[in-house]
Amino acid sequence: MASNCNSSERQRIAQQRLKIIAGHLQKDDDREPPRILANDCKAEASDRNSSRTSTMPKRRQEIMKWNGWGYSDSRFLFNKKGQAEFTGKRYRLSGMILPSLKDWFEGTFGASLQHKTPATPVLNSRDVQPPTLNEAFIQDLKPTGIPFSHEAEDRVFRAHGHCLHEIFALREGRFGRVPDLVVWPSCHNDVVKIVELACKHNVCLIPYGGGTSVSSALECPPEETRSIVSLDTSQMNRILWIDEKNLTAHVEAGIIGQDLERALNESGYCTGHEPDSMEFSSLGGWVATRASGMKKNIYGNIEDLVVHIKMVTPRGVIEKSCQGPRMSTGPDIHHFILGSEGTLGVITEVTMKIRPVPEYQKYGSVVFPSFEQGVACLREVAKQRCAPASIRLMDNAQFQFGHALKPQVSSIFTSFLDGLKKFYITKFKGFDPHRLCVATLLFEGDRERVLQHEKQVYDIAAKFGGLAAGEDNGQRGYMLTFVIAYLRDLGMDYYVIGESFETSVPWDRVLDLCRNVKERIVRECKEKGVQFPPLSTCRVTQTYDAGACVYFYFAFNYRGLGDPVHVYEQVEHAAREEILANGGSLSHHHGVGKLRKQWMQESISNVGMGMLKSVKDYVDPDNIFGNRNLL
Amino acid sequence: MENSVQFMELNGWEHFRDILEERRRSSDLSHALRSFNPQPYKGMQPRSSSALNRTVLESQYLRYVIQQMSAENGEPSEVIREEAAGILEEMSQNLQLGFIRFLGFTLSKVFKRLFRRIHVNDEGLQRLQQAIQEYPVVLMPNHRSYVDFLVLSYILFTYDISIPVIAAGIPLMGMKLVGEIFRRSGAFFIRRAIGADKLYWAVLSEYVRTIVRTGYAPIEFYVEGLRSRSLKSLTPKLGMMHMVIEPFFKGEVYDISLVPISISYDRVLEESLLAHELLGVPKPKESTMGLLKARKVLNEDYGTMHVCFGHPVSVRELAKGKIDRRQYNLVPRDLPVRPSEDCQAFVNTTAHTIVHLQEENMVLSPWSLMATILMQNLEGMDWDSLARQTQWLKELALGFGAHLDWPGHMPCSEVMSSSLSLHRSVARCEAGRVLLVEEEPQGTGSPEEGVFRKAVTVLMCASYRNQALHVFVRPAVLAVAMRTAASSRREDIFTCFRFLQEVFSNEFIFIPGRGGEDFEEACSLLKKCGAVQIMDQDITVMEGGHSTMAFLRAILEPYVEAYQVVFRYLCDESSPVFTEKEFVPAVRSHALKLMLSGALESYDVLSSDTQKNVLTALLRLDAVTKSRRAEKMEFRVNKAVINRIGDTLAGRITPPTASHSRL
Repeated sequence: MASNCNSSERQRIAQQRLKIIAGHLQKDDDREPPRILANDCKAEASDRNSSRTSTMPKRRQEIMKWNGWGYSDSRFLFNKKGQAEFTGKRYRLSGMILPSLKDWFEGTFGASLQHKTPATPVLNSRDVQPPTLNEAFIQDLKPTGIPFSHEAEDRVFRAHGHCLHEIFALREGRFGRVPDLVVWPSCHNDVVKIVELACKHNVCLIPYGGGTSVSSALECPPEETRSIVSLDTSQMNRILWIDEKNLTAHVEAGIIGQDLERALNESGYCTGHEPDSMEFSSLGGWVATRASGMKKNIYGNIEDLVVHIKMVTPRGVIEKSCQGPRMSTGPDIHHFILGSEGTLGVITEVTMKIRPVPEYQKYGSVVFPSFEQGVACLREVAKQRCAPASIRLMDNAQFQFGHALKPQVSSIFTSFLDGLKKFYITKFKGFDPHRLCVATLLFEGDRERVLQHEKQVYDIAAKFGGLAAGEDNGQRGYMLTFVIAYLRDLGMDYYVIGESFETSVPWDRVLDLCRNVKERIVRECKEKGVQFPPLSTCRVTQTYDAGACVYFYFAFNYRGLGDPVHVYEQVEHAAREEILANGGSLSHHHGVGKLRKQWMQESISNVGMGMLKSVKDYVDPDNIFGNRNLL
Repeated sequence: MENSVQFMELNGWEHFRDILEERRRSSDLSHALRSFNPQPYKGMQPRSSSALNRTVLESQYLRYVIQQMSAENGEPSEVIREEAAGILEEMSQNLQLGFIRFLGFTLSKVFKRLFRRIHVNDEGLQRLQQAIQEYPVVLMPNHRSYVDFLVLSYILFTYDISIPVIAAGIPLMGMKLVGEIFRRSGAFFIRRAIGADKLYWAVLSEYVRTIVRTGYAPIEFYVEGLRSRSLKSLTPKLGMMHMVIEPFFKGEVYDISLVPISISYDRVLEESLLAHELLGVPKPKESTMGLLKARKVLNEDYGTMHVCFGHPVSVRELAKGKIDRRQYNLVPRDLPVRPSEDCQAFVNTTAHTIVHLQEENMVLSPWSLMATILMQNLEGMDWDSLARQTQWLKELALGFGAHLDWPGHMPCSEVMSSSLSLHRSVARCEAGRVLLVEEEPQGTGSPEEGVFRKAVTVLMCASYRNQALHVFVRPAVLAVAMRTAASSRREDIFTCFRFLQEVFSNEFIFIPGRGGEDFEEACSLLKKCGAVQIMDQDITVMEGGHSTMAFLRAILEPYVEAYQVVFRYLCDESSPVFTEKEFVPAVRSHALKLMLSGALESYDVLSSDTQKNVLTALLRLDAVTKSRRAEKMEFRVNKAVINRIGDTLAGRITPPTASHSRL
């Protein structure tokens, strides 16, 4: 089908695209992407011990932090001069000084560089409770050749996601119930074997993908008495085939986002699925939580992207018999799997849509005089169905925050230009710097259409008082997405804790919900004795025909509090109550896990709960997949 | 401000400042022209009054209503929309600072002539200033005089606080020039008796909600609906209350602050007018000429006025656990739907709570206490006896938590005689005996007219007693309940207590659902003042408590008597079916007959307010039923039920325990 000319053109585009991804994600790209293999697992067995090069090694501790976000070599710190810098070489921000972060940090939180709360430096294995092993299970596992471990470090890494309370405990060197054993299947058949053995010996299985959960989904239920086995899918990371005629790819579910994207880019394709966690989160995890990607306007959310799913359950393997693009065959069984959060089985292989890498990509940004006008603009864009690949609206507090993360500029000229722009917006246009807010945009497609599209969106923005504010602002906005998780660790070094949470809500309630939830957070903090005003900010991150996704950031300085995590959880609980009272959903894409279970019944009705329970009872009567999420 | 300004403190409660004092010392003109920069609501989206009207007219809610009406009666929606625009134009305010300044100048002059002092609690205004910045604020004053309307805006202007928009009755608008001045001072006008005019309701409610939702300005309205002619708190009206709270139910605002404001007058400008109205002499229609004629009031002394700004009440706090805001999740919030039962109940409780808070912050004058005593001695009494009893009552009232403006530096007798002289239109002391004043006979001098002449003064005097009623009403209900209850057992007394509350819940303000707390409060007050003792499950009168109990029963007695008279009339005299128009004059003439024959002593039954309250109570108790026939409301009497209520009230039979679950 593809002519030579076509494919070389595609190669060129792919190279360019790679650079862009590397640009906003990774500083340099010296790792080999995962191989595309069409052979099945048996053939692989021979080279099981040969090193497979993927971003995520079995021993995550080699490159990842054990008590914080992301890579060990990348972190924010305040250097001896009191200036913030970002270490490592991976990101565009790496090695840079952020001159205004300190003032923003101290000003916003009332924090001080004098008051430190350093984390426990090393993971002390003796503090981890010894594993409860099911010897019979292990005896049967050994002959399969599937690697496993009960080392404390391996187990601790798989006992948590990235909720505040989880990371806070790790930083204090406290470990609760952790898995007793970790297994690394490398293909679908390995998983079939493991699940069979788990059923046979009644051990509890908890699937583990990228470990980026923020819903307590990975926490081991403390009441679980059986041996808990963490099933780490990270080694099932191959692209098994690419179907260029139908534009689909068949991929093992353990592959993590950046590897999948990089490998497909090599062939001139992409999935376009870019959740904020894509550096670490896995395909199986996306399916299991109903993930959403930043560019869903073009590519769709995960449920729109999957064509076929294979899942291993205690009852056997569930999958459809063909790859028809849409079927009327009763309720879609994919929807039992999508969002099942590891309660029914392990997703092993997924066929998903792919697209040619877009020819052209352009960032952009618009400044609005107020958040109200910004939301009105987004609503209009959604109404006209002309949303760019991504459009996000930050409130004023986030706008200020974005400014605090501006790296030191090398040329005087740039900062002069910045000054001019600021003068123009605040003085000439009369924008109030304490009210204005900014939307960041990302356009994709062929060049001409992108430029056309860009004009259309800017024209709409102008009707709502929006002023184009340059590509840099836009690009920096998206880059921040990837480093913001690192910032929480910096805060935690200085008495500041926080987290983000999200919801989806009909258009007419967006403003009310944003205002009320932010206000509720401020009020609750005051009532719970927080000594300093919290950071309570939001942004609209996705637009739909009938509503939007809203993301909240909430952080505060906890000096003077006895049990900061408890206070944090009370406030977050209140904020969720407020969201629900204002017509927001329980979750747009983070999922329910155990953190939001208590609201499931009211969210989906008693009958709905009963339906889900009866599926669980049929598929997994012995609760082998016993992470107790969702229900 | 200046150190020379004196503060007055009431029993360690709030500090009051006389705002007229500074006016008497410095220029009224510079006061009117001072710089005015109030701190607005932080979420306010500034807009002009015409932009506000546009928002209302273009609202989705009105569009729904217009569509619905058009579908129902076939009128084109453009016509209905025009009509809506007309209503809005008639209704809307046009607040302009220039007119506030003009009003400020004029009022400085007028108030200085009318009042000795206008006392305002400073802290309350500071709290208000804070509250205004946080959330939309609703100012909820009690309504005793037309002056209320002006004085609040005047105070807020003086304190550099945002001027409210104010719900006012349409009759005010009818006064040509004055109407326009009011409109520009922030008044918006509401028709009385809107009834079933759907479009009018829709426009009004959307107008009010938009003001709250956008934080356009603080909104002020009288939750009692009308000026109380008896100076007693009226049962709150719920329509406007619902409109201002609804934006909270629907999540359109984070919270709403309700600020109860208690305005207390030593002497009310309209005192004799009010009494006449209660007796059925219609009040003159508000007109500019009427206002000019009223100039003679400018030459009289009306003593001190107290304005107490209460603590802002958070609607969110009140609604905690009572309102599930998710009930709006599944329908468009603009859709006109009947409010749910929990919302209605909440609005009712909230309105009662606010009136209760207004009562609690009232400042009583010595005269109110004297009037209370005088009302129990209508034939007149010795000055010494009045003085002694008033002093006794003063201690009782303070013990019950009343706020009393009793000058501490003056001898008691002087305080009382100066009060009496301020109220010489009601009572006078002649040869050591205090007597109620009677109007000069004007007409034929018939016996009926004599009763009416006397009644005018009695009702005027009663109105000053009524200002103090809320202080005594719970212990008084308990005192009567102890007399009528079958035994001294707590539960028997409580049953009677609840029954009395139910019968009189239009007469006095009882917060729905708080019967138990009211009972506890009454018990503890009576125990504290040494009138009763509570042993195990028995409540009994103490040896020295009989006089207190007799006094408290006498407070309620006129009402009990008035209700019984109406009950008897309905059972024995009235036709079984009657209209509202027939009811009031018929009861009045019946009562008049009884009074002339000497069978009735209470003048309260002559008050049309009381008469209407009885009818409302009977409707509530299912003793009377209402039905519509040919554009008229008809009432039908259920004699058996009325007889039972009357017998229970008289203590002849015990009240059923289950029947008053509503309290």
